[in-house]
Amino acid sequence: MTATAPPRSAPEAGPSGGKSAGGGRLRLRVPTKLRQIGLPYLLLLPALALELLIHIVPMVFGIVISFKKLTLFYISHWNQAPWANFDNYHTAIKFNQPVGQALLHSFWVTCAFTVLSVGLSWLIGTAAAILMQDSFRGRALLRAIFLVPYALPVYAAVITWTFMFQQDTGLVNHVLHDQLHLTSNKPFWLIGDNSFWALLTVSVWKSWPFAFLALMAGLQNIPRELYEAAAMDGAGIWQQIRRITMPSLRPVNQVLVLVLFLWTFNDFNTPYVMFGQSAPKQADLISIHIYQSSFVTWNFGSGSAMSVLLLLFLLVVTAVYLLLTSRRRSDADA
Amino acid sequence: MRNSSTSSRLLAATALVAALGLTVAGCSSSSDSGKSSGGKSSSSSGSLAGTTITYWASNQGTSLDNDKQVLTPELNKFTQQTGIKVKLEVIGWADLLNRILAATTSGEGPDVLNIGNTWSASLQATGALMPWDDAAFTKIGGKSRWAPASIAAAGAAGQDPAAVPLYSMAYGLYYNKKMFADAGIANPPKTWDELVADGKKLTKNGHYGLAVEGGNGSENIHHAFVLAKQRGSDWFDSSGKATFTTPANVAAVKQYVDFVGANGIAAKGDAEYAQNQTITDFATGKAAMMMWQSAATSIKAHGMTPDQYGVVPVPTQTANPTGDAAVTSMVAGINLAVFKNTKHQDAAVQLVKFLTSTPEQKILNGTYGSLPPVTEAQSDPAFQTPDLKVLGQVLSTSAAPLPQVPNESQFETLVGTAVKNLFADAAAGKDVSTDTVKAELDKAQQQMPAS
Repeated sequence: MTATAPPRSAPEAGPSGGKSAGGGRLRLRVPTKLRQIGLPYLLLLPALALELLIHIVPMVFGIVISFKKLTLFYISHWNQAPWANFDNYHTAIKFNQPVGQALLHSFWVTCAFTVLSVGLSWLIGTAAAILMQDSFRGRALLRAIFLVPYALPVYAAVITWTFMFQQDTGLVNHVLHDQLHLTSNKPFWLIGDNSFWALLTVSVWKSWPFAFLALMAGLQNIPRELYEAAAMDGAGIWQQIRRITMPSLRPVNQVLVLVLFLWTFNDFNTPYVMFGQSAPKQADLISIHIYQSSFVTWNFGSGSAMSVLLLLFLLVVTAVYLLLTSRRRSDADA
Repeated sequence: MRNSSTSSRLLAATALVAALGLTVAGCSSSSDSGKSSGGKSSSSSGSLAGTTITYWASNQGTSLDNDKQVLTPELNKFTQQTGIKVKLEVIGWADLLNRILAATTSGEGPDVLNIGNTWSASLQATGALMPWDDAAFTKIGGKSRWAPASIAAAGAAGQDPAAVPLYSMAYGLYYNKKMFADAGIANPPKTWDELVADGKKLTKNGHYGLAVEGGNGSENIHHAFVLAKQRGSDWFDSSGKATFTTPANVAAVKQYVDFVGANGIAAKGDAEYAQNQTITDFATGKAAMMMWQSAATSIKAHGMTPDQYGVVPVPTQTANPTGDAAVTSMVAGINLAVFKNTKHQDAAVQLVKFLTSTPEQKILNGTYGSLPPVTEAQSDPAFQTPDLKVLGQVLSTSAAPLPQVPNESQFETLVGTAVKNLFADAAAGKDVSTDTVKAELDKAQQQMPAS
């Protein structure tokens, strides 16, 4: 950590010296000190205003709605919807009642789905990035191909998967059942137990190229000399990956896993395009569940309450995750 | 130093999560009112000529473009007659309700819009639609021009209708004449027992007696409703409270799911049908029967000619039933509503008057293969084809409106999904018993709002 201290203080010292000279010339009445403190805020102001407008205000609004009884009877004059206090929250977390039970079930499904999807995406992305590190003929082409799922429009890609997963005429069953004879009869993929695995497949297919891309960029920053030195010392390929690649990628991985986690946990497009408004209960992701609780059944208060709970959960997870990974990294640095 | 860097990173990350979390939280509050602008050009006071109004049409034809081609010449006629310009937007069924909800919340919407008639009571409860009292009906020729069943599906009983019936449809049993003859079946089934017996004869060599759209919640609801009604049971009591788990409702759902499960007269693959694959299966001879509403145009599009199939009323529990037991269809259809917040109410009512006029009813229903809810238009030769005659008969004698209660959409979603899950169980070879059906319906009922 001490290593980061000097660069931090250096830029602070630089401008302050230059500015006092310039300030005198412009004869501004604002005291130098205030101007120094004020400038960063001034520069941030446009971003802050937009952030407020686009993110904070709707979010506060969503939180307010979660305390309202905003059903179809009130949507045309929603500002008059009566206060529900904590009723929406009570209903959502009464886990022995059907609404709470369904939410809890959906939550566990989403957790399992997220852990598997992020884990697999990361694993495949890392493997591909490491294998593609050395240059060989056709590497650029392969890289481009690997990025295709990331570049395709989500809707077009997922609807194609849906066609492939159809029980009777889909490509998946054609290959598994008709060609390879792996199953005794054609399994269902879009309904029932398998729907979870179908959803996971599409999700991993969709998100691993992002992991690949981020890690590939990270790998470029590891000096080649490290590997050469390690090779001289007799380290094998696994040793090199374990001792050089992984520790060097730690900052990339820290952000990558977090971002993948948040995207996957909140993913709405994939299940919505695959299953429509009502997902099978085995693949009932929380985003679809909340959508159904608010839009399809027209109970926006209840849907907002669930959203706020989800937000709180994600905040806690993120905070804990960063606390743990940062501390470990600090320890490693020290 | 260590602490401050950790905490600032935490702060930044917290902001990031908050921003990402919004994708869900913000969903419920923001409305895409940007899409629903238009139709607010100021009109000269007094005359309606020169006014521009916006019309949201639902998807009735083979595609959104097809609808535009059908409606544009008619709307041009309207502009010629009245001088009122109409901005037409055809909206797919997947988006329509969300668009209407967004318009309702923001107060910025179309002037005239199509709604599924089963949404009438729900949208009526939001107060977003102009109520059609007697004075309003007088402006468009009086309520008596419409078939009573269609009016009953335009809002809650005892209130002024929230909309005006535009297109009507009814369910019929479509059967493949050649497959019936090949199996030695002389007449189409009149009772469910006969249908199951015939279905078993027809189910062989990869062909099935019946096709059902098991993955489509709305279809599931329509059939569960009729099968329960035939047992004299409703899904809501008189106070609007859900009664999903009555023995008759459980039996109705089980009977429907058993076509795939215990009876095995429909393919297991039907459990995931949600994109009208039922029609494809019927038109291509994979299934010998289907229960569908006004399917002539779609069947034709798949290459089956009208002489190859017949249409009869959907079977009943017993032969020659009376009263509720004789109900064979819901009152299906599309209603035309005026958005309450419109600044051009008179012009909007003029458009409703035009679209529900007898000549336009003949043209539009004739093109879409639906039935005109305006009785005067029904005598037109276009609606005297064998299949439409049967469906018209069903609509006037043995069709009942779906429950017209504010919570209808929750009913559709929850029970529709419950039936879909049961179909999935049946397709996976799991036993669907009275108890499992009751448990699913109980779960659905408990998720209904208390109102």
